Amino acid sequence: MSSDATPGAPAAGRDLMSGAEPAVGSGKADPILRADGVRRSFGGLTAVDVDHLEVQRGTITALIGPNGAGKSTLFNVLTGFDRADAGEWTFQGRKFNGLAGHKVAQRGMVRTFQLTKALTRLTVLENMLLAAPGQRGERFFGAFGRWMWTGQEAANRERALELLARFKLDAKKDDIAGSLSGGQRKLLEMARSLMVEPAMVMLDEPMAGVNPALVQSLLEHITSLRDEGTTVLFVEHDMDVIMGISDWIVVLAQGQVIAEGRPADIRSNQQVIDAYLGAHHDEPDAGGAGDEGDRKEGQP
Amino acid sequence: MDIMTILALSLETAIGPIAAIYVLAAIGLNMHFGYTGLLNFGQVGFMLVGAYGVAVSVTTFGLPLSVGFVISLGCSAVLALILGIPTLRLRADYLAISTIAVAEVLRLVYRAEFARPVTGGVYGRNSFADAFYDANPLPAGSYGVGDVDFNAGELWLTLACWGLVALGLVMTALLMNSPWGRVIKGIREDEDAVRSLGKDAFTYKLQSLVFGGVFGGLAGAMIALNQQNIHPDQFMPQVTFYLWAMLLLGGVGTLWGPVVGPVIMWFLLTLFDETLRGMASMDVLPFLATSDSGPLRHALVGVVLMVLIVYRPQGLVGNRKEMLVNVK
Ligand SMILES: Nc1ncnc2c1ncn2[C@@H]1O[C@H](COP(=O)(O)OP(=O)(O)OP(=O)(O)O)[C@@H](O)[C@H]1O
Ligand SMILES: [Mg+2]
Repeated sequence: MSSDATPGAPAAGRDLMSGAEPAVGSGKADPILRADGVRRSFGGLTAVDVDHLEVQRGTITALIGPNGAGKSTLFNVLTGFDRADAGEWTFQGRKFNGLAGHKVAQRGMVRTFQLTKALTRLTVLENMLLAAPGQRGERFFGAFGRWMWTGQEAANRERALELLARFKLDAKKDDIAGSLSGGQRKLLEMARSLMVEPAMVMLDEPMAGVNPALVQSLLEHITSLRDEGTTVLFVEHDMDVIMGISDWIVVLAQGQVIAEGRPADIRSNQQVIDAYLGAHHDEPDAGGAGDEGDRKEGQP
Repeated sequence: MDIMTILALSLETAIGPIAAIYVLAAIGLNMHFGYTGLLNFGQVGFMLVGAYGVAVSVTTFGLPLSVGFVISLGCSAVLALILGIPTLRLRADYLAISTIAVAEVLRLVYRAEFARPVTGGVYGRNSFADAFYDANPLPAGSYGVGDVDFNAGELWLTLACWGLVALGLVMTALLMNSPWGRVIKGIREDEDAVRSLGKDAFTYKLQSLVFGGVFGGLAGAMIALNQQNIHPDQFMPQVTFYLWAMLLLGGVGTLWGPVVGPVIMWFLLTLFDETLRGMASMDVLPFLATSDSGPLRHALVGVVLMVLIVYRPQGLVGNRKEMLVNVK
């Protein structure tokens, strides 16, 4: 298997996938998310039409597909930011369809947005602190009782600074988020989503606009996140990133799942090649990480 | 008319009860717009229910003034809920339209003939504030320096109004320096982001609307005490727009903006009015009748706002860098 040759292959996550068939809608050993018949159309256009999808707990799953495939729409629907026309889905065994966006996040499924949503007139640190869950000072009357929440606030601040350091944003902590660059905003949004302590993070193109040197350390961070037990579902276009880090890949095209499998399965899947990857990826040794020629493949 | 008298009069207005009442209402509006980003174009509606809450409770229902105050705050909270629950899940413009319409509808309903047994219709209500002035602990006499002076009753009211302002400022400062305030400011920036982090934006917006509305109601109640008579047609939409102008002048989304704005604006308005009146009476401006000061006053507010937008869009105490962060 060529995937074994990938440097830094995330062994733990792939072991969890060992029982899963590389087929559309295949069952997973211990799915954290299970979706059935999820549909969303805009007028005549069916943006999402997923019959069955399971995401294995404790793995990094990539959601890939051409522009307009419905990846972001699927994220929106699953996280309560858009209404599905039909479909049911459960997260950690609880029914999630029809749940409001903030409740989805409170129950452990936190997403980021493709177009970053930094809270521009708050400082970077305030952005982080805002995300901390279960704050006593967040209630209207609780706000007046400072003694009740200053301890909690200090603990949150410590955690926020740790995360900011990992994302190389600690020097910027007192700047307003509006002064950050596009890539820095991506980093902030990712760090902020982790402040919520989610069971699963859903990252919509987290690497877009982030410089290559930082991408490497971000990937390491995502891997360690997975190793600590967080499930990661992410949308990405960079094939090196996807092949290098994913335990499982789901391919979406025109709203439907057209393939699922380990990176090696996807790389050799004729349907995926036709719909998304292009012929180049078919060549046996063209898929290795660091192959510069392939970097932008798959992006029109 | 000499300049010292005019200045003294302007100063008296700027630190007097009317300015303080506008500060109270502006503190509410600042919570709505300045911190939460809610477009409330009907703050005068909250003032109206606040004023009538006191007046109607005492005159129509014979309740004590203190109970009237509680009712007045209750009415403004209920008005906030009525306005907020249907609109705050929708886009921001729905609240804006609803507030401006509801405030005007309230005025028309309160002045309607069918409401006359309760509200007094177009004649409004009077003599309900005696209990407040009877409770005045200050000995009778004249208080002040030079031409700026208040009698005991005026001073009592003025102190009460500024006392409430102090309360409003302390509450705002505590709220906005807490995690609650952080979420509120987050909602102003991007509601969806806040929601994606597990915060129920709707509830926060509703709380903000109630808080600011109650301060609007408090302002109304103090108007009632100040005038000792109220009638519906003093609660016209332009009161809201004066408030907006004052808040923008002071600085939106700052603690002191809603204090500085009304104080300076009332100083300027009085200075302007009195100067015009003085000039008219001295026949310096023969084409100007004394009654022209009303429309000219509106023009002045417009000029102040224009100058402000060009030279200090952040207001007098605002932070320009923060203000312009989204303008690139
Ligand atoms: N609010 C909307 N109204 C109408 N059509 C929409 C809306 N949102 C998405 N669509 C359509 O749905 C389809 C899927 O869009 P979506 O944003 O989910 O694609 P995507 O897979 O995330 O693409 P990309 O990789 O470019 O981000 C597109 O054809 C898009 O035009
Ligand atoms: Mg997308």
